[in-house]
Amino acid sequence: MKYMLMFCHEPDAGPRFEDLPADEQRRMLQAILNWRNEFKSKFVDPGMRLGESSTATTVRRRGDQYLVTDGPFVEGAEVVGGYSIVEVADLDEAIRIAKAFPGCPTTEIRPILESEQPEAFSATGVLSETR
Amino acid sequence: MAAVFREEAGRLAATLVASLGDFQLAEDILQEALVTALERWPAEGIPRKPGAWLFTVARNRATDLLRRNARYREKLAELELPATGEVDDRLRLMFTCCHPAISREAQVALTLRTVCGFSVEEIAHAFLTSEAAIAQRLVRARRKIAHAGIPYRVPRSDELEERLSEVLAVLYLVFNEGYLASSGDSPERRDLTADAEWLASLLDRLLPNEPEVMGLLALIRLHRARAEARFDERGRLVLLRDQDRSRWDHAAIGAACELVLQAGRMRRPGPYQVQAAIVACHAEAPSWEATDWPQILALYDQLLRMAQSPVLRLNRAIALRFVAGPEAALAEVEGLAGDLGQYRLFHATRAEILRDLGRHAEARLADERALELTANPAERALLEQRLG
Repeated sequence: MKYMLMFCHEPDAGPRFEDLPADEQRRMLQAILNWRNEFKSKFVDPGMRLGESSTATTVRRRGDQYLVTDGPFVEGAEVVGGYSIVEVADLDEAIRIAKAFPGCPTTEIRPILESEQPEAFSATGVLSETR
Repeated sequence: MAAVFREEAGRLAATLVASLGDFQLAEDILQEALVTALERWPAEGIPRKPGAWLFTVARNRATDLLRRNARYREKLAELELPATGEVDDRLRLMFTCCHPAISREAQVALTLRTVCGFSVEEIAHAFLTSEAAIAQRLVRARRKIAHAGIPYRVPRSDELEERLSEVLAVLYLVFNEGYLASSGDSPERRDLTADAEWLASLLDRLLPNEPEVMGLLALIRLHRARAEARFDERGRLVLLRDQDRSRWDHAAIGAACELVLQAGRMRRPGPYQVQAAIVACHAEAPSWEATDWPQILALYDQLLRMAQSPVLRLNRAIALRFVAGPEAALAEVEGLAGDLGQYRLFHATRAEILRDLGRHAEARLADERALELTANPAERALLEQRLG
């Protein structure tokens, strides 16, 4: 199964990467490189750090109107700072990889749906392509 | 029949989930088998081998349902009733139902439904929610299991302790819900403490030599052994200090205390073992006056080193009162006002201590505050009586 790991910053979880002194940033980046290496075989996309929330732009379509605004789509101090995409046997493996991540201490794990084809949904309402 | 269901439903569920790899499907088939049993057994009598009977019905239903789906046809052929002596598959089921990716409420509902064979109605009744809410909770949980890829297996040994604490938390919740149920409730309301004991006992059987499991099992048994004395002949709550200890099941208490000791000898202390030890102190005391409060206080200190919680500190303060006097206890209790202002037992405890100190007007106010926060009819009756 494929999962996206979204590494999030939460205000109560310590300083953001941008606010760390340079040598600590270097240390963290090295730790993340080590982590990528450790789980090399599991990554579909080892991912990247995202620009901080002030660099975000949001596009909203309502009907046939568009609104383009500065900032992330959700206001708040919680921010997605980076992502990875893994392919593993089950959620427990994804959790293990997320726990081992040395960067942001909060990770959201979301399954990536395997198929968007309507025929993939069987008569009993169960995805026939699950693993 | 409820006991048979409880024993057999879980086994069948485990087999079905393992063979079909689909919680919802297993659930649907199990449900049909149980409904059929409910229709036929009252008239025909409970079969000599209820497990095999249920399995046959389930297998037939599965065949009907899945005839069209080629992928499942192969699986059907593999569906075998596990022979006795084979590994009981319910352990996998318990860990899956209690996976941390599932909300606590849903863990409870799923465990009761799948492992114990509770009906949706029974779960709703037990937790005083609507059937619709429970049904939705269950559907969401099964969807989560399928879509998020929650595996159907016993966790790895390096993850076992963490995952086990989830299972124990669920079992403890079930027990507490049953324990708090007032005797004034409708008699058809199932005794959840019996189900909690059954689950803990099953877990102990399937996962032997786990001291925290033994601790929880002992804790539940110690409470159940004294259940007779908790309510008087008019169904009113009787405080521990006033209970008729001759009505306690002392043989059961002895056995449960032995279990606590057995767990302790494994030298892997944990919160359930310590809680059990505290309850054991009370259960072994020949009278309220003879309670070993210094020991209880020491155990609370140990417990607080493992798990911080204002409620635990409140309970410790009660013990402190009998070791160091009401002033010391009151000082402790007042310090918890910030955290426990909305907790009825905070005010009730405070009232007790104030009464001890002869500060009756303040005690009355505290009791009134406690009453405002109390919903449980038996507890309300007790407080109302005290207020006179």
